Amino acid sequence: MNRRSHAMNSYDIEIEGATLAAFSPPAAWLQDSETSLPRPVARRERLQVGGAAVDARRLVKRYGDRVVLDGLDLRLAPGEFVAVVGRSGCGKSTLLRLLAGLERADSGVITIDGDTREAHGDETRIMFQDARLLPWKRVVDNVALGLRADARERALEALDQVGLADRANEWPAVLSGGQRQRIALARALVHAPRLLLLDEPLGALDALTRIEMHRLIESLWQRHGFTALLVTHDVAEAVALADRVVLVDDHRVALDERVNLARPRQRGLAFDAFEERVLGRVLGTPAPGVPPQPPPATRPAQWLWAN
Amino acid sequence: MTTAWSQRAVPWLVPVAVLALWQLASQVGLLSTRILPEPWAVVKAFWALAVTGEMWGHVWTSTWRAVSGFAIGGSLALSLGLLTGSLRWAETLLDSSLQMVRNIPPLALIPLVILWFGIDESAKLFLVSIGVFFPIYLNTFHGIRSVDKGLIEMARSYGLSGWRLYREVILPGALPSILVGVRFSLGFMWVILIVAETISAQAGIGYMTMNAREFLQTDIVLVGILLYALLGKLADVLAKGLESWWLPWHAGYRPQT
Repeated sequence: MNRRSHAMNSYDIEIEGATLAAFSPPAAWLQDSETSLPRPVARRERLQVGGAAVDARRLVKRYGDRVVLDGLDLRLAPGEFVAVVGRSGCGKSTLLRLLAGLERADSGVITIDGDTREAHGDETRIMFQDARLLPWKRVVDNVALGLRADARERALEALDQVGLADRANEWPAVLSGGQRQRIALARALVHAPRLLLLDEPLGALDALTRIEMHRLIESLWQRHGFTALLVTHDVAEAVALADRVVLVDDHRVALDERVNLARPRQRGLAFDAFEERVLGRVLGTPAPGVPPQPPPATRPAQWLWAN
Repeated sequence: MTTAWSQRAVPWLVPVAVLALWQLASQVGLLSTRILPEPWAVVKAFWALAVTGEMWGHVWTSTWRAVSGFAIGGSLALSLGLLTGSLRWAETLLDSSLQMVRNIPPLALIPLVILWFGIDESAKLFLVSIGVFFPIYLNTFHGIRSVDKGLIEMARSYGLSGWRLYREVILPGALPSILVGVRFSLGFMWVILIVAETISAQAGIGYMTMNAREFLQTDIVLVGILLYALLGKLADVLAKGLESWWLPWHAGYRPQT
């Protein structure tokens, strides 16, 4: 564990040095994340370097006659971790695809650090619901996809960060779902993104693997300081990871709440109370054409409204 | 150990029994040599033809025809398939015409081909080329079209475009399908060549068998059939080797661990 932390740190510096040539990190930084320095302080220092500010205003998206987003506003502060939740088909994935530039909004403006999205296209990376690894490339070459200089070295370092350096020369087909998503995470991080978009990346994983992935994503986010937007249908996941939970309903933001719980977060009274509140809000507003249902208390929360 | 050995031996029981029965029937005179020569005679004929070198000349001629016909038809099919698969306007322009031509059996063209090319080499090359064209064309087109859209979207969002996207994502994604086409057309290649060579030729395995038929040399006819079987099998083994060489990542070709 300790060995890996060291590797992460050296990588951290190298990337930030590359994106911001003038910036040279103080030596004390190297220890930040390992010593007992309070995390928020360590992070705030990095936010100025790592994260992008995202501002989406009055986004409208239609598919034919069907309105998906109707005047949605969303702002992300640099280095902030925001989770977007909502019912299936509420438009949360569409929001992510618009921010990623995979689709165009019918109207509305998206700016990143005050510029157009296109000016920062290289600084945005996506983690998809399915890992989308190229089956004909070995793990390390998948991570190196799109890199030009020092591709293999940087890919190996990124693999080391997600704890899969020893699988570098395997084919993706032999890996488990969780391992594939970790490789997809390494592939995103190797580009040192300033905005990481996560499109339900853990939806297909089992409960234990999800918890592992939560910890991994949180620790890498704290180290790299990128801005993160997580789209998920799992409110507990949102509460576990995000600074802010945003509920998309009726084609726009229906709830925007800050999660004031200390990290790393564990289930407890405050956690559950927050989750209950968001869930109640989700269930209180019925989807079009579906009558409101009283939430049966015995079933796991996410079943109620995931599909 | 013993079970493994017997497992391997069992599939050979039937062929060996058939050969033994056949040999026996020929020796006691149940089977006329005009219908089928005894297996041993076929072996002797094979040996005699191999030693004199006559057989190798015919094998060489046939193989050369097969390979060059395959090269011409295959490369045309590959380029057209990549073109219509990748570019929408090329599909609109060419695909329906090609689909119309596809429905004509190549062998139905024989009278026309003889009128066009006479009975020399180009006639056979033309027929083989047409025969191998469509399996490769269709599978290339289908392979390009069925590359996972999610992978393409991912690669684009990771900064790949143009030739790089094509080389790293689209071509490898289409390759399994293309190789299926290659295997199909290799089988078809020999069928077409056999017919073309039996119609008119001055050399080649088909010529050798037709010639032997004139003189009622059934053993040599059987040698020719055997040679086609061997060459066909060889082509299939080569295609399989190509698959395991080019598609080591593919679950279907990966050695089981």
